[in-house]
Amino acid sequence: MSIVALAAEGSTYETPGVADFWQPLIGSGAFAITRASIVIMLSVAILSWLLLAGTKKLTVVPSKGQFATESAYGLVRNGLGRDIIGSHDFLKFVPLLFTMFVLILLNNLFSVIPVVQFPTMSRIGFPAALALVVFAVYHAVGFRKHGFVGYFKSIIPAGLSIGLMIPIFLLELITDLFTRPVTLALRLFGNMFAGHLLLVLFIGGGEYLLLHGAGGLKIAGVGALGMGFVMTVFEILVQVLQAYIFTLLAALYIAGAVADEH
Amino acid sequence: MNMTGDIAILGYGLSAIGPGVGVGLIFAAYINGVARQPEARGMLQPIAFLGFALAEALAIFGLALAFVFKG
Repeated sequence: MSIVALAAEGSTYETPGVADFWQPLIGSGAFAITRASIVIMLSVAILSWLLLAGTKKLTVVPSKGQFATESAYGLVRNGLGRDIIGSHDFLKFVPLLFTMFVLILLNNLFSVIPVVQFPTMSRIGFPAALALVVFAVYHAVGFRKHGFVGYFKSIIPAGLSIGLMIPIFLLELITDLFTRPVTLALRLFGNMFAGHLLLVLFIGGGEYLLLHGAGGLKIAGVGALGMGFVMTVFEILVQVLQAYIFTLLAALYIAGAVADEH
Repeated sequence: MNMTGDIAILGYGLSAIGPGVGVGLIFAAYINGVARQPEARGMLQPIAFLGFALAEALAIFGLALAFVFKG
């Protein structure tokens, strides 16, 4: 009913879709510089500046910037690194985990920061690259710690009968080589993509209903814009949570690889 | 009755049922645990979010595949 009423107005409403996320700015094809690549370069510049400024003049009584930097670092170092990987060998992974955390956090928040308003991680290439780094790191430390054969042995839980060993080994191998990296990348991608799509739908659709809708549809437009605001607040929560979860899972996978025989 | 649309979207709806129930159960258990023993909150929180993330993965697969198989 509403679609018919809207079509009668003349201009039609285009539902947002996958195509809205492909925005090449310079060039075209596989090597185009897209909006996402500009955004991630911007995030690296902003993060470098923020972290350098936050740690420049270190004092015992911290300034606001130093306090914020230290809180974020403390969350990753103690809450994720030390508690999950264990106090013995967590320190060498903290730089990786902290970089992942702040990079993903800022890029996710770019989804709702005005002017930028594009979540980098809604293009599968970016989370896939991050997941690939985590994948390489946890297998590399596993092989270094247990040796080549020892690492394959270490993924089998102890105390299994011979008959169960082979199916469990195959399951664990599929988990380690396939499920973990794929879900790691897809989880971040899916959350950012779906969240941004929802915001585009509510705000774009609300704007269209308000400006082009007939009579009562204008009221629906106000409702849609209100939902857009509510979803924006909810999205900020999801964005912070996803940055945390990505780092948490990376720490867990590393912890599993460096753990002693269980 | 004649219906138009894309059945891939229906697949996403179906794939969201399981994780929906699962995430609910995980947070119910987490709230129960914290209510009984508030000092265990710090220990339970990463576990709860981990379970949430793992359960949610199925719904995310459904969403990704809905767009892959669309039209």
